[in-house]
Amino acid sequence: MDMNQYLEVFIDESNEHLQNINDNLLQLEKDPANLQIVAEIFRSAHTLKGMSATMGYSDLAELTHKMENVLDEVRNENIKVTTSMLDVVFEAVEHLETIVEDVSQGGSGKKDVIGVVEKLKQISNGEEITESTTPNQAEPQTESVNDNSNHNTPFMELDEFEQTVLTESTEQGFKPLSIHIELREDCLLKAARVYMVFDVLEKIGEVMKAYPSVDDLEAENFENDFHILFVTKEDNNDVERRILKVSEIDKVHIQPFTLQKNQTEQRPSQVQENQAEKAPEQEATPSNQEKKEQQSTQHTSKTIRVNINRLDDLLNLFEELVIDRGRLEQIAQESSNKELKETVERMTRVSGELQTIILNMRMVPIEQVFNRFPRMVRQLSRDLGKKVNLQIIGAETELDRTVIDEIGDPLVHLIRNGLDHGIETPEERLKSGKPEEGQLILKAYHSGNHVFVEIQDDGKGINREKVLEKAISKGLISKEEGQKLDNRQVNELIMQSGFSTADTISDISGRGVGLDVVKNKIESLGGAISIESEQGKGSLFSIQLPLTLSIISSMLVQIEKETFAIPLSSIIETAIFKREEILYAHGKEVIDFRGKVVPLINLKHLFKVPSVDSLEDDLYSVVIVRKGNKMAGLIVDSFIGQQEIVLKSLGDYLSDVFAISGASILGNGEVALIIDTNALIK
Amino acid sequence: MTIETQDLKVIVFQLKNEEYGIPIEYVGSIERMMDITRVPGTASFVKGVINLRGVITPIIDLRERFGVEEMEYNESTRIIIVTIDDKEVGIVVDSANDVIDINRGLIEPPPEVIGSIDVDYIEGVAKLENRLLILLKIDKVLTTEELKELNKVERD
Repeated sequence: MDMNQYLEVFIDESNEHLQNINDNLLQLEKDPANLQIVAEIFRSAHTLKGMSATMGYSDLAELTHKMENVLDEVRNENIKVTTSMLDVVFEAVEHLETIVEDVSQGGSGKKDVIGVVEKLKQISNGEEITESTTPNQAEPQTESVNDNSNHNTPFMELDEFEQTVLTESTEQGFKPLSIHIELREDCLLKAARVYMVFDVLEKIGEVMKAYPSVDDLEAENFENDFHILFVTKEDNNDVERRILKVSEIDKVHIQPFTLQKNQTEQRPSQVQENQAEKAPEQEATPSNQEKKEQQSTQHTSKTIRVNINRLDDLLNLFEELVIDRGRLEQIAQESSNKELKETVERMTRVSGELQTIILNMRMVPIEQVFNRFPRMVRQLSRDLGKKVNLQIIGAETELDRTVIDEIGDPLVHLIRNGLDHGIETPEERLKSGKPEEGQLILKAYHSGNHVFVEIQDDGKGINREKVLEKAISKGLISKEEGQKLDNRQVNELIMQSGFSTADTISDISGRGVGLDVVKNKIESLGGAISIESEQGKGSLFSIQLPLTLSIISSMLVQIEKETFAIPLSSIIETAIFKREEILYAHGKEVIDFRGKVVPLINLKHLFKVPSVDSLEDDLYSVVIVRKGNKMAGLIVDSFIGQQEIVLKSLGDYLSDVFAISGASILGNGEVALIIDTNALIK
Repeated sequence: MTIETQDLKVIVFQLKNEEYGIPIEYVGSIERMMDITRVPGTASFVKGVINLRGVITPIIDLRERFGVEEMEYNESTRIIIVTIDDKEVGIVVDSANDVIDINRGLIEPPPEVIGSIDVDYIEGVAKLENRLLILLKIDKVLTTEELKELNKVERD
């Protein structure tokens, strides 16, 4: 039986249920008296158990079952929700996750769960055995599930073809029967008897399937009984009599066969059809049925699961298209053919929309990453003996999948850091007049072409003196330099490599390989990280991430013979200044831009562009860029225009080029370097 | 058979008046000279990047890498695209026009004294009928340690 086609659905749904259990357990911990939450957890656990039993993952099923027992006791108010009890349940959930993970990696889903199972058992009948009905209460449920599956086990999983044949023959007036035949114990020629039974049956109908398989039956690979799925127009009794005519048959048990619920679910189109037929009849009574119907219709038309590799391929192909589009635009501009221009314009518009759709398809809510944090924070704060309340805001914010994949580890690190170094112990907090429980806020939101992720704590903040002392002792800066740094610069010191403020090394954070790695990772994603901190009040780590990594809008500029691209997202505006408007502050060129003094950076000098003609222009073309609330003006020779470009990396060989974040291929096949303006503004 | 397994297939190229060889398995393709986009702030032997059929490929000038005097690129200048550890890099050479089989037995270790510079990028020297062929350890030629050092110096 081919289980593979259901495996993905199983894994996805299991993960959903596990996440649900997780979320609710955390809630339960805060609100232990709320039995509704218990019921919710119970439901998820129950579904999970059913699914895993059907798929044959016995360890998974057993563990869920034991967990369910505990929950059942809680639901019946025989056990109280305690931290120690929740710990065991959490442990069980962790095991469940590992098993599902294993299954999704193609493993067998086998795991030694005896330890946890024992603990769960102890809880469910250990401390407070108020009634001896404990096992009985849970048993019926399991039995009903098992019973259900036992009953039809041989024909529970029909493949699509068999299902179609079955439905078609039902429509033609045949009825499907599940026949259980037992041979006499002393039967000698079992295969021959099987053959005779088949022979008899095929005269009055059609054998669709046998369990064990026909091959096994012929090879006598079975005990004394077998099942047959049979379609016929004959009467049940008639069939039974005919079979009993074959000698050495002990018992025949016939029952009508119906497609199981989960089988119908697996054939959504069929369900819809059926329901569409039913719909007119039910119009008069807008009942539950109709509601259900709507739900299931939504369910079938709303989403489709696509392998992520295909989306990646799609994006790669589209990137090629964008490059060619650039080229076409250029050709059209140079030509005087009006129709060509119009067509290219139209194509540009359409492909622009296409791009939006493709990029949107790759967007995933950051929830995926945030989901694992509540439990992590719970565990960590307990390990550290701190009280922490984690608030998550904006989990629905969407980001490109590639960014999502990469951002998890840096966030874990920052959260660990906040818990370990930021938030104080309850005693310390009380002493400094703060509430006992620390607040950790994880927040994500969109702004312009960026997504911001903030991690804020109300802990002790960054100790300027301590940081400076440490930085000097580690030789990162000199004493004199230290005096000159403003608070922000001091804060940034903690993200330099070889820096760790924790006096003792714990396994939570502070191995000195932390924040610098976080910083590098975020910068490699085209993002930036900044720290705000006030001693005694807390710190705020703010991460700025690009919405997408590969296709960016940019401004192309020319410097001598070289073309550079500046990401539009960091540009405020472009302006032209006269030479006399340039001011000098401390020997550096600055301009007065809308009442603000903005430093100028001459890209020609910075990038050592070989000059071809040394004509000094009286007008300066300046691109005003920003990083956070700081600005800078980049002097270029001329503006070429705005263009969508595909960001390509310079490769491993040139991985660390100053102020260059990558390269892009332009319409004419030339390569333009992309300027990383964040590196230019300190 | 044994002779065949002992043979080493190499791409032969010229630099100034010497001949060098790179094992063919490292070579992706040989290209004519094309437009190179300069990348600022890199070592001087890094000439920049090219658009190699849609892939951005860094280019280094082997003359400069080896400290041989520079020469204007001309009709016979070639870029040999080599792949090491998934890194694709193009190296500019004076010309490249030969593939030969060398019996491994003919390869001798590099002479102890070959010049003043560090020569860890030379695998050995093969003496053919009437010429010498210097076999390169291409990964050593491309080593990025030196590159990073240079980077740092320039930035400071």
